[in-house]
Amino acid sequence: MRGIVIISHANDIAKGVKALIEEVAKDVPITTAGGLEGGLIGTSFEDIQQAIESNEADEIFAFYDLGSAKLNLDMVIELSPKTIMVFDVALVEGAYIAAALLQTDVENAIIFENLAPLKIK
Amino acid sequence: MLTKDNALVWMAEFSQEVIANKEFLSDLDSPIGDGDHGFNMARGLTETQLALAATPPATLTDVFKTVAMQLLSKVGGASGPLYSSAFLAMIKAIDNKDTLTNNEVADMLQAGLESVMMRGKAVVGEKTMIDLWTPAVQALKDGTLTNDLIDTLVQATAPLRATKGRASYLGERSIGHVDPGSYSSGIFFKSLLKSGVLG
Repeated sequence: MRGIVIISHANDIAKGVKALIEEVAKDVPITTAGGLEGGLIGTSFEDIQQAIESNEADEIFAFYDLGSAKLNLDMVIELSPKTIMVFDVALVEGAYIAAALLQTDVENAIIFENLAPLKIK
Repeated sequence: MLTKDNALVWMAEFSQEVIANKEFLSDLDSPIGDGDHGFNMARGLTETQLALAATPPATLTDVFKTVAMQLLSKVGGASGPLYSSAFLAMIKAIDNKDTLTNNEVADMLQAGLESVMMRGKAVVGEKTMIDLWTPAVQALKDGTLTNDLIDTLVQATAPLRATKGRASYLGERSIGHVDPGSYSSGIFFKSLLKSGVLG
């Protein structure tokens, strides 16, 4: 099964992107990791690990906002048994496209092709 | 010689100095980053000291394991996974030994440096903590590491143009500012000198 994980420095962004993409992907497992304890801005290794491990899917499409989120994500990937693909693309647009295509059971290669032009980092 | 006890002194000194300088470190980060380096590191190191006090480490390895895990989960910015990667690589280099000679300490820090470079995909000259660690580790191997040299190395990051991290968005405008990650790394190496590990 394929799922999506959204990682942002701000909890509201992570939750907001999830709410947005759920509109087109009601059957795709989507989990989030956003911000730090107490509403602070940042990303937490533990929260990212939790978002990935608690996602029903074993194949994860991961989307993040800024560089330091990716550093934490990379460390989680090294310790996770799941297949995790990280996309250096515009967060909202990338996650939205992936969600729509995953919902319609499109194969990975087509999803990668659609995400490629959105690479920004 | 590095032992569990002086590793704790080293980490206490590092934490205390970063916490004491958190405003200054964040001010350094304001013109070229997001102004949070000092606050993030201070938060991570405060939690580190609490964790070390709550569960006193049984071995040298355990000291750095606690530091690595606290920095990873509490810092929040890029410096969390970067410093944490360094400590995790240092643990591997310690190889469960109880004590390390000065040469082994230098090798341990070299392993930490290499891990930071790999994690951040950065090399020397990009205005990152690597610009402090690389010459500092070399000086440690040569037996020439002093507080004055560390100050010089920190200041030497000012003329560099950032090509990694948030400061890279500024391009030319990053020139003239000391790199905050190098400054906190300078504190890390000064704390090592002060801790008596090498004495």
